[in-house]
Amino acid sequence: MPNTTVVVVGAGHCGLAMSRCLADRSIDHVVLERGEVANSWRTRWWDSLRLLTPNWMTRLPGGYAYRGEDPDGYLAAREVAGLIGDYAVESAAPVLTCTTVTAVESAVESTADGYVVRTDQGTWQAHAVVVASGACATPVVPTFADQVPAGIVSVTPDAYRNPGQLPDAGVLVVGASASGVQIADELQRSGRQVTLAAGEHVRMPRTYRRRDILWWMDASGLLDETYDEVDDLIRVRNLPSMQLVGTPQRTVDLNALQAAGVRLHGRLVGIRDGVAQFSGSLPNVCALADLKLGRLLDSIDIWAMSAGLDGAGDERLAPTRVPAPAPLSIDLRSGEIGTIVWATGFRPDLSWLDVPTLDRKGRLVHDGGVTSAPGLYALGLPFLRRRKSSLIDGAAADAADLTAHLAGHLDAVAARRRTSA
Amino acid sequence: MTTTTQAPADNGVNVEALLGVRDMLPDSPEVAQFQWRSTTSWEHGTHSRSDVETFFGFGEEQQHHRKFSYDVDHPEQFAAQDKGSTPVEYVLVALGGCLTAGVAAVAQQRQIQLRSVQATLTAEMDLHGILGADPDTRNGFSGVRVTYEIDADATPEEIRALVAQSQKRSAVFDIMTNPTSVTVDVA
Repeated sequence: MPNTTVVVVGAGHCGLAMSRCLADRSIDHVVLERGEVANSWRTRWWDSLRLLTPNWMTRLPGGYAYRGEDPDGYLAAREVAGLIGDYAVESAAPVLTCTTVTAVESAVESTADGYVVRTDQGTWQAHAVVVASGACATPVVPTFADQVPAGIVSVTPDAYRNPGQLPDAGVLVVGASASGVQIADELQRSGRQVTLAAGEHVRMPRTYRRRDILWWMDASGLLDETYDEVDDLIRVRNLPSMQLVGTPQRTVDLNALQAAGVRLHGRLVGIRDGVAQFSGSLPNVCALADLKLGRLLDSIDIWAMSAGLDGAGDERLAPTRVPAPAPLSIDLRSGEIGTIVWATGFRPDLSWLDVPTLDRKGRLVHDGGVTSAPGLYALGLPFLRRRKSSLIDGAAADAADLTAHLAGHLDAVAARRRTSA
Repeated sequence: MTTTTQAPADNGVNVEALLGVRDMLPDSPEVAQFQWRSTTSWEHGTHSRSDVETFFGFGEEQQHHRKFSYDVDHPEQFAAQDKGSTPVEYVLVALGGCLTAGVAAVAQQRQIQLRSVQATLTAEMDLHGILGADPDTRNGFSGVRVTYEIDADATPEEIRALVAQSQKRSAVFDIMTNPTSVTVDVA
């Protein structure tokens, strides 16, 4: 059985960031990757997808960053894959590709501190394991999705490619996160009538006061806010993604979509006898999003003033227009809807993790990426340690923190070994 | 001249106790499982009386400090005797009570002192539905409107956020805006 000190599961930006930090401390490790480096960026998502963060924010440990000529642009998915691939090469990361982890178990023998990592290419033994296999491995759809009448195509954002793959009929997009609003926008432009079912959402202008909104969030320190500073960690870890698209100057909020012809409905809450039922809470979820955006922009204004940046606050977006009365149902048997896009979120795939550190809903229990199982860490989950933990730009700080903790764990293990020897 | 009070906000809501319950949940999620109960007895005509006394929660049988009774009837305009509110008015009572409790609790949590909170609820309904006169008209409300007048130590935006957050966490708002499975049996 090959031995290593640390096994990192997943060679996306998080796994490679961790690898780089481990290498900087000369900690022996391997990165196991089921496909190629940056596999999700190569094999999943829709053709037009671009990063939500501007290129200058693509920064990884070791001083690696976007070096192209368009720092204010947004990388296409294949360009992200290229950049992460180049990072793996430049870091000389010890990646084993086409190696699927099938189980991670606590080592039961005398070396009780370690883990056995089983893969389809053999078994590893390690003192520590870092889960970096992605927060969006598996799409989550509501349980009532199986009530969709026959003949309607169901697709999730990871499998959606372009309008051409869908029937030439109306589309119901469920969910108003970044995926939902981008796909709704693209499909409406393709000539299909799109209906968007919106629950709680995070409204965001692409630019504010003539700069990218993420520039403000980065510069003001908002993205650095840590998980022990927020008052409701459950809430912030479950926030939908920001309603953004990687296109300069373009805002894709519910007003923009409605102006393009998209019909707005409340959250999809059930399908009964072929009829889709929508919540009557649409006015409130829009009010919540408008108020929350107002508070964000207020805090940016306050920070801008304290930082001595000139100019008063920018014009604010108009309140979200809510159709009155908001429709409460659509008969899915009428032929009006040909496709349902389930942009209802994602979860990590931890089916291979055979260590008792999951909660009753199968989610990893962790304190800033440190699990209760000594030597088991996670990276890249929403608000893992910071507001930016789910962004590429968040990997560096999180990986540095976890590497420091992991090094301390290895020292403690070594000290115990010496004492017992 | 304006004066500011430094005293902590006190709306009479024990937020610490509620947050304490939430902190218990990760280790004992079963304490969150509640059952609410009511019994209804027909009196005469469209008049009935509903009682509320016990419920189940926090892992055991629970009891209100006394039995609460409610007369339910219809007004004289429906050729009834008007011995109590109509059932649909109780729905408005429930919504107003739930949202207002939420406003007080959220205000307490956010350290906002309330001085007065007044909600006015209206619900539109088309009798074609319950009379069976038009199959395209539903029995229930076609829309509900709640208007709050709130006097509090807070900005208008903060007050709007209180009311929005109260809706977000309200059981009755959820019950009214989303479908609920209802099974009616004969024992």
